[in-house]
Amino acid sequence: MKISEKIYKNVFMVVAFSSLIFLTGIVLVLFIEGLPAFSVTGILSFIFGKSWYPTSTPPEFGIMPLISASFVVSVGAMLFAIPVGIGSALYIHEIAGEKQKMFLKPIIELLGAIPSIIFGFFGMVIVAPLVQKVFNLSTGQCAFTGALILGVMAIPVVCSIAEDALSVVPKSFREASFALGANRWQTLLKVIIPAAGSGISTAIVLGISRVMGETMTVLLVTGGAAQIPNSIFSPVRPMTSTIAAEMGEAAVGGVHFHALFAIGLVLFMITLVLNMIAEYIGRKYRVKLGLDV
Amino acid sequence: MKLLKGLALTAVLLALCGTANADKKLLIDGSSTMLPIAQALAEKYMDKTPGITISVKGGGSGIGVASLQDSTCDIADSSRPIKGSEIAIALTKGVDPKATVVALDGIAIIVNKANGITNLTKKQVRGIFNGSISNWSQVGGTPGKILAISRDTSSGTYEAFIALALEGDKIRPDAMLQAASQAVATTVANTPGAIGYVGIGYISDTTKVLTVNGAECKKENVLNNSYPYSRPLFMYTNGKPQGDAKVFIDYVLSAEGQAVVEEQGFVALKKKQ
Repeated sequence: MKISEKIYKNVFMVVAFSSLIFLTGIVLVLFIEGLPAFSVTGILSFIFGKSWYPTSTPPEFGIMPLISASFVVSVGAMLFAIPVGIGSALYIHEIAGEKQKMFLKPIIELLGAIPSIIFGFFGMVIVAPLVQKVFNLSTGQCAFTGALILGVMAIPVVCSIAEDALSVVPKSFREASFALGANRWQTLLKVIIPAAGSGISTAIVLGISRVMGETMTVLLVTGGAAQIPNSIFSPVRPMTSTIAAEMGEAAVGGVHFHALFAIGLVLFMITLVLNMIAEYIGRKYRVKLGLDV
Repeated sequence: MKLLKGLALTAVLLALCGTANADKKLLIDGSSTMLPIAQALAEKYMDKTPGITISVKGGGSGIGVASLQDSTCDIADSSRPIKGSEIAIALTKGVDPKATVVALDGIAIIVNKANGITNLTKKQVRGIFNGSISNWSQVGGTPGKILAISRDTSSGTYEAFIALALEGDKIRPDAMLQAASQAVATTVANTPGAIGYVGIGYISDTTKVLTVNGAECKKENVLNNSYPYSRPLFMYTNGKPQGDAKVFIDYVLSAEGQAVVEEQGFVALKKKQ
């Protein structure tokens, strides 16, 4: 091997492995700073505790209200993003002509490029007052508004991954279906969607993990009340916005500080599991279609 | 040659001056409520007095007191009086905390302009924020859900309000926590059923300020203590202020220092008799 080739190889290897270094560093810090919180509160009372009063005397560090808030907002967002995202992917892939496709795809991708603070600001100033009026609520800053905005933010993720999944379905599947006398609708419903099913599931799971980790938007539009929501219209405080709002004022090295890292750790575990599920489903799907693993 | 000697001498003198001045350091730690005042005062003072470095930290009143006990700061800012237990610990470490009141603060109760209520009693405010009162009709207003808006639980204003208004109760869990005082004011201004609290510096005409027990939240009432949600802000030193700490605290108490206090939205002390 030529020396220059060796150099190129090693340079690119370092670049490729740098992500691993960053990831290890972040995970290490999360554990080092997060674990001390459990020695104060106990891991079960931390995760299942119902009150989050980090600065009271004595302080209470129960993150169930925060976890349930993240859960409600994410599920709500996906109820919105899945039909719209997958619906648009199906339309773009199956029905739209070339011209529409050339127009629609970049538009949806552009939606994904808007910074989250803009979504948050838009949500706080325009959507929240509207939600308040339409549903006659005491405040529009609630889980529903958060779910709505996050749903819109997740559409590009769901749509583009689902569209990729649809386009990987081999042409022969469709041709075989037509040859057996199925019409376009039957082919779509009975052949294409099942064949792309795991790819579409991956799209959904990655959409959820995008929504779970979103911070700025939920900080601005969900109201910030650390309670277990009793309806979709309750103000809530998801995990991410708790960290963002409180990290600046928590005393470095204090229990509150460690507890915020512990929330980060819980959040990281949740998204890790979601990504592993997505990876697993994706792999199964490639095997099913007879593609390389 | 003469010139060279002169230059060398000047250089040595300058160097000496430099080291002498660089040694002057004042460490201030404590209350995050007082952080804006302490920072603004430190900056002005450093502009006026070259050669002194003032470092200001704001981890909370408790942290300020702890670092005074450990002699890791010269001045501890505190938005509450020091506790007996803290004095005891300080004394065992040979530190004798002495307080200087440097400013006053009032916390205003604000509601939406559409709200017909003009006055609440201390008891009603406590009930509204601890969750036992949930409808405006319970305090004589037009029926409607009360929406409590609060600062984040780590903020100094939150801690002060909890101490002054809730008397040991916890804030209701459905209170909407906002990341900044301005956000509290904006939310109250936009939400008909909302009630919130802000430092006296954040009062504006977009919201309505309630009287509490009939007392208006204004500077005179904070000064004569007739407004219930007012508190002194302290600077603690080891023993009576001395040296650089004394010079700085004297500056804080001077007319110029108190003008900075007012600029930052707090209440200046009465002029010395």
